[in-house]
Amino acid sequence: MRSAVERQSMPDANNSVVIENLLKKFGDFVAVDRINLAIRKGEVFGFLGPNGAGKSTTIRMLCGLLTPTSGRAQVAGYDVGREPESVRQNIGYMSQKFSLYNDLKVIENIRLFAGLYSVPSNQLRERIEWALEMANLKGQENLITGTLPGGWKQRLALGCAVLHKPPVIFLDEPTSGVDPISRRQFWDLIQHMAEEGVTVFVTTHYMEEAEYCNRLALIFRGRIVALGTPSELKQKSMQGELLLVECEPLGSAVEVLQSAPDVMDAAVFGNALHLVVRDAAAAIPQVQKYLSDHSITVGHIEKIRPSLEDVFVSLTSTHDSEKERTA
Amino acid sequence: MTEQPQSAIIAERLTKSFPGVRAVDHLSFDVSSGEIFGLVGPDGAGKTTTLRMLAGIMPPDEGTASVAGFNVARDPEGAKHHLSYMPQRFGLYEDLTVDENIRFYADLFGVRKSEREDRSTQLLQAAGMAEFRKRLAGKLSGGMKQKLGLVCALTHRPKVILLDEPTTGVDPVSRRDFWRILYELASEGVAILTSTAYLDEAERCHRVALLHQGKLLFCDTPANLKAKLGKGVLSVTSSDPRRSRDQLEHAAGISSLVLTGDGLHVVVDDAARRIPEFEARLNSAHVPFDTIQQVTPTIEDLFVNAVSSGASVHA
Amino acid sequence: MTLTRFLAVARKEVIQILRDSRSLIIVVIMPVVLVLLFGYGVNLDLKGLPVYVYDRDGSQQSQDLLKRFQASAYFDVVRVVNDYPALARSLDDGHAKMGIVVPWDFSERLHEGRPVQVQALVDGSDDNTANVLIGYAQAVVQGYSSDIQLDWLRNRGQLAQLAAVSVETRTWYNEDLESSAFIVPGVLALVMSVIGAFLTSLTIAREWERGTMEQLISTPVTPVEIMLGKLVPYFIIGMFDVVVCALIAIYWFQVPFRGSFLTLLVSSAMFMVVVLSLGFFISVISGSQLAASQIALLITFLPAFLLSGFLYSIEQMPIVLQWITRILPARYYVSVLKKIFLKGTPTALLYPDLVPLAVFTLVLALLATRSFHKRLA
Repeated sequence: MRSAVERQSMPDANNSVVIENLLKKFGDFVAVDRINLAIRKGEVFGFLGPNGAGKSTTIRMLCGLLTPTSGRAQVAGYDVGREPESVRQNIGYMSQKFSLYNDLKVIENIRLFAGLYSVPSNQLRERIEWALEMANLKGQENLITGTLPGGWKQRLALGCAVLHKPPVIFLDEPTSGVDPISRRQFWDLIQHMAEEGVTVFVTTHYMEEAEYCNRLALIFRGRIVALGTPSELKQKSMQGELLLVECEPLGSAVEVLQSAPDVMDAAVFGNALHLVVRDAAAAIPQVQKYLSDHSITVGHIEKIRPSLEDVFVSLTSTHDSEKERTA
Repeated sequence: MTEQPQSAIIAERLTKSFPGVRAVDHLSFDVSSGEIFGLVGPDGAGKTTTLRMLAGIMPPDEGTASVAGFNVARDPEGAKHHLSYMPQRFGLYEDLTVDENIRFYADLFGVRKSEREDRSTQLLQAAGMAEFRKRLAGKLSGGMKQKLGLVCALTHRPKVILLDEPTTGVDPVSRRDFWRILYELASEGVAILTSTAYLDEAERCHRVALLHQGKLLFCDTPANLKAKLGKGVLSVTSSDPRRSRDQLEHAAGISSLVLTGDGLHVVVDDAARRIPEFEARLNSAHVPFDTIQQVTPTIEDLFVNAVSSGASVHA
Repeated sequence: MTLTRFLAVARKEVIQILRDSRSLIIVVIMPVVLVLLFGYGVNLDLKGLPVYVYDRDGSQQSQDLLKRFQASAYFDVVRVVNDYPALARSLDDGHAKMGIVVPWDFSERLHEGRPVQVQALVDGSDDNTANVLIGYAQAVVQGYSSDIQLDWLRNRGQLAQLAAVSVETRTWYNEDLESSAFIVPGVLALVMSVIGAFLTSLTIAREWERGTMEQLISTPVTPVEIMLGKLVPYFIIGMFDVVVCALIAIYWFQVPFRGSFLTLLVSSAMFMVVVLSLGFFISVISGSQLAASQIALLITFLPAFLLSGFLYSIEQMPIVLQWITRILPARYYVSVLKKIFLKGTPTALLYPDLVPLAVFTLVLALLATRSFHKRLA
């Protein structure tokens, strides 16, 4: 057991979450394959990945709910393997679909969670006031939670998850299905908390939420296959560049382009096509000619910025085919 | 592709209220054959209620719904032969195998055995599920359940498909596979009405209707809607987003400013004019930034703009 | 109504029943367990009861009679006493459940062919037991000689009374007074309540809870097809279980079967429709499987158990309860069962029970059909 002094003098004093060679096996199946990460205090960090890729397993280990097979992880200064109880006392967790009790009043929910998190009685009043303020529900404590509009419920849920002022919080797709204005207000709140030094860990499939993260890690088959800011990922991680092609008829255009040289991927997207090519500038005239040769009228071709989703799909399919080759 | 003269789905002033809330408020739109039409909006906007009325399982309070030429309120059973409805929670029987589920729904639609065998083989093959025929539906992954739902919905060759948030909770790769199938169906002339709360998914539809509190905000192709926004959208990339925000918050010409993970997302009146202005501001305050670029507006931008300005733009 | 759609629903239900271990156990094992449980476990029989004897005759014949008592499984002749007070005392302190007094002129009167009476004193504080004991003793005595009458006295310190022989159906038609014969036929009603009502009550509620109902009603299938498709498999299983339980009753527990097998099948089919309709109706109106199963048990199983006459005789119940039993389908079914098994009543005489049962069948089937709509609110 390291002493408190030793803990402070460790190089990861600025990092609130440190993950070193974390490994988790279920029988023969390797769910999490030796990942390494360091997340700073006050950072909003996003965890993306297909279902079954190891995201939830990693989160559970970080929350002290699952013991690692090997490697270590430190959350808020506590080792998840050896001090899971301390980890759990120092984190807040907000689940995907609303986890408060709809038939309780607002104030009753807050008091319930204050009790569950053992908020000390001398701080109780102040924390309750803070939670109400944050959820914009001052003066409405006696409303039944189920009657609140969606965005307000999310904020209340967040308030309840952090009554005990944890230094690290885990959010699981917290704003899916919430209207955009409420979503922006919610993330405003999160960013405020981050500015005050709270580390925020987000998992989501919702690319709009991913954009709010300072850094993103993409997990695929138990490994981190990309790590960086959203812009970095869009610029560097994409295997190639993205073209938007408007043409007629769309259906045959896709088929034709699948076998075109230098076109890495072609897919319908709404009323146009998205093409992944190695070099946009060179590809535009080539594609134009290729399509006209096949009697397809071209309306418009331009290079566009890849979205996070394009990056995601591109990375996972690359790694998929790599695995197939080495298998 | 031949154009069908009559729209496959017509909703006219559809209205439905529940105690205390008007879930759908005089909604009107139409969907053509071969079109993928998106009903987009947050939870509680009225998407599920609208779909249920079109599927004939919930009678509207006012207005008419017409599917494949049938007035759904007057002849729901007639309409049901030509449509497929995939509700939000899968209608699959977890304790039945893939094959048994397919057979069940095929029988309910009166699909003959030989036709069913051919069609299901073809569909399962296309969905990459051919080797899972004998697996219990409960043991499939989320993405596969979704595809199985679609296969069950397609054996009787419906003219109209109604999908309620089919990609919720599904990762982007599976989502892409699913959409590939939808595009193929559309090219075969099927009319597809799908609802989603994922605003970025709206971009994949041919036309989009944005719903907010039961009302239609606007309805048009994503490209048209963005062109109609009449504003420019800028993306500022910076290693210190918070300071950038502090500097630009009160600059002129901004209708909305959002702090993203690695910068700012700003809606301005005139992009060409404001870019150099913002660059100057940030430079004089010594705030580090990489670029300020104009980007295409997102559906979210449209939504926020419409709701906050209180205006609605109908196509 | 198309056959294909009905069969599709029925096939799905069967597959689901077979794959759900819980319902499989209920359907296969529970009926057998119930029959065995009630056959063996609930034993109202009284055996080896201690008897004191006062033989005033002391002849060969009296000895023969007493040996018969001893040989009977029901009695255990514990002591011989020499006067009335001793006999009375033995009953008072509970050493004996019954005392037998053989008159001084027993053998003489037998020899002369004159009627003779043997006295039996019974502890009257337990009415039920007393009645049973009288019956047993009577059987033993009459087995020895039809000339002998059993003159029994209730030991209450009062004057002796002569009582008539009991007219209880039980005693007349169930000579060995085996209570399993009395109970087992009624178990069929219990079995069918569980299968018919309890299992069926889950079926509609489950589809709503799991989300499959919404998609189901968006297809062309009609409410009648759904209802029949779901209930017919349970009907077949229920009838099969009835036959199995009846066979166990007859061949294992040696319960006599004296009536018409066809009537048994028809009345069972009617009761089956009753419980199926009830179960279906409960499933439609309940919000959840949990609520549905509880209501089903409350409305079908409990009444079948307590008020149908299966275990506790209806005639012995307070008047209010007797009136209540008239609206319980189970009461009529159990009555038919007992009459078919034990009495062999001809079908024509069963109409007082069959007609109400038929009425219930029609009314409840109609109720169930009307209750289910392919609509959300």
